[in-house]
Amino acid sequence: MEIRRVADCIWEIPPSAKPGMRVPARIYASEALRAAMDRGVFEQVTNVACLPGIVGAALCMPDGHWGYGFPIGGVAAFRADAGVISPGGIGFDINCGMRLLATRLDEAEVRPRLHELVDGLFRAVPAGVGAEGFVHVTEDELREVMVEGAGWCVRRGYGWPEDVERIESRGRLPWADPAQVSAKAIGRGIDQLGTLGSGNHYLEIQVVRALHDATVARALGVTGPGQVLVMLHCGSRGFGHQVGTDYLRIFVGAMARYGISVNDRELACAPFRSREGQAYFGAMAAAANVAFANRQVITHRVREVVSSVFGRDARDLGLDVVYDVCHNTAKLEQHVVEGAPLDLVVHRKGATRAFGPGHPDVPAAYRAVGQPVIIGGSMETGSALLVGTATAMRETFGSTAHGAGRTMSRHEAKRRVRGDELLRSLEARGIVVRAASRSGVAEEAGFAYKDLDAVVGVLDHLDISHAVASFSPVGNVKG
Amino acid sequence: MGRFRVLEEIALADLALEIEGDGLDDLFATAARALAELTVDPATLDGRVERRVTLDAPALDLLLYDWLAELIFLKDRDRDIFPEVEVRVTAGTPSRLEATLRGGRIERGATVLHVDPKAPTFHRLAVEPLPAGRWRATVVIDV
Repeated sequence: MEIRRVADCIWEIPPSAKPGMRVPARIYASEALRAAMDRGVFEQVTNVACLPGIVGAALCMPDGHWGYGFPIGGVAAFRADAGVISPGGIGFDINCGMRLLATRLDEAEVRPRLHELVDGLFRAVPAGVGAEGFVHVTEDELREVMVEGAGWCVRRGYGWPEDVERIESRGRLPWADPAQVSAKAIGRGIDQLGTLGSGNHYLEIQVVRALHDATVARALGVTGPGQVLVMLHCGSRGFGHQVGTDYLRIFVGAMARYGISVNDRELACAPFRSREGQAYFGAMAAAANVAFANRQVITHRVREVVSSVFGRDARDLGLDVVYDVCHNTAKLEQHVVEGAPLDLVVHRKGATRAFGPGHPDVPAAYRAVGQPVIIGGSMETGSALLVGTATAMRETFGSTAHGAGRTMSRHEAKRRVRGDELLRSLEARGIVVRAASRSGVAEEAGFAYKDLDAVVGVLDHLDISHAVASFSPVGNVKG
Repeated sequence: MGRFRVLEEIALADLALEIEGDGLDDLFATAARALAELTVDPATLDGRVERRVTLDAPALDLLLYDWLAELIFLKDRDRDIFPEVEVRVTAGTPSRLEATLRGGRIERGATVLHVDPKAPTFHRLAVEPLPAGRWRATVVIDV
């Protein structure tokens, strides 16, 4: 497949590369990151470029790797009036996302209590297959969660009123429609509010390693090296997985009615304004709101545990939400296309919204610096905080990367290291890990991921996002 | 007896499987066994659980999608995993699956956990006949 370099760290596959491509595919990566991408990325991003109503280009961020349907790191915008919505462009873990909490603690205070802290978090936040959440809700209450998102939790005492101000979309997608959610999704998700999940989901104690822009960092509540933070990566759990499962099946059957064919059935789609498209959009928002609620109640648990371990009030410890971002969603947004504003359904699959300074959807407290972007790395190598930019608004529909991106399969990682061996090695390096699955630890070894600094370097170099701070892990809870 | 293997070059973060069986019944039973063994160590499940499932779908690949989706649903709703299944699959329009599922419940702290399957996907989903009455399926599971 013809891949040509069109600018430094920008690669394009022209529409002539594959029959049916309506727009080019564009990949943001350094030479080394592009060379390391598996062939599935190029196949998948060009399949996305074939979907009806796509605008501009099908995009892949520098953390891109072979997913199912869309590549991970995929971004695509479709005309709201004449384009499609595709459940495969969002993924099954609807509104999987990241949340970052600041603290007033520093590493020297936390180190002596680290085992106690990680053990406490592991007990308080259930993780792994079959975990049951600590928030028990009735079906009617779950429907309230679907509509209210994080706000429901705050109303019930699981959080502080100001938390919702620092969550993407204020922790609630207002077009959620519980009537479009199946009984199966409710049955599957009703016991899981307050659970972490497994795979690459985690709850991590981190320390600021470096500030790349001290002024912006301070505006976000990140003060300097040694400050302790808490990062959370999880989503809508079985509830969202079932919404995705249900609607993908419906869309596969519905495409013929709309005369749509796709190169990969995982890209099954329907016109956004169709009955199926609107039903999925409403159900997806309900799942996204459940995910916001899940991260909110876990935040409450984190505050309880940290407060208990240090014997101080959570507010005194400064456990404020820095921000909460989604990385598996489709949202109706207005962007300027060929000089005119256009309503678009922006799909982000393993990609983060990155709105620039001045955008009205950026919280007032951050409007001068841009929307915080939280990029999770591995439990060995660290994570990063960035902000969105005006360039992202022009070039990537206000989108950026979401993580480091895998470089090898889970099985290959397990062949290279045993879970217990890795746990001992991490402990020796000062990283305390508690995991529900030993084999799951091996799958998430640092060497299974790309170099996060390289990914962030490309984003910062292209000004798709602006690097603010880097964090190192010291404690990790995972499924 | 059916067999399965992980296709490591496909969908790095997920679980791509190639499954083969001595006939359709064995193919679908092996798919269930693969899902169970990749999720937990079946020997560490708690108690005995038995359940019957009947599914209809317009095509065999859609039936496989629905089958795996049902097993994943039961894993989350009831915490039940079914390594042993007796399956009868009738190809047609629609194709039908009738199964008796046998397994146990996930016991926190006792059951050895592996990956947590989220959903089957349609990426490269295929069910195809092989010579001598054997069948092969390919499926990527989001984990």
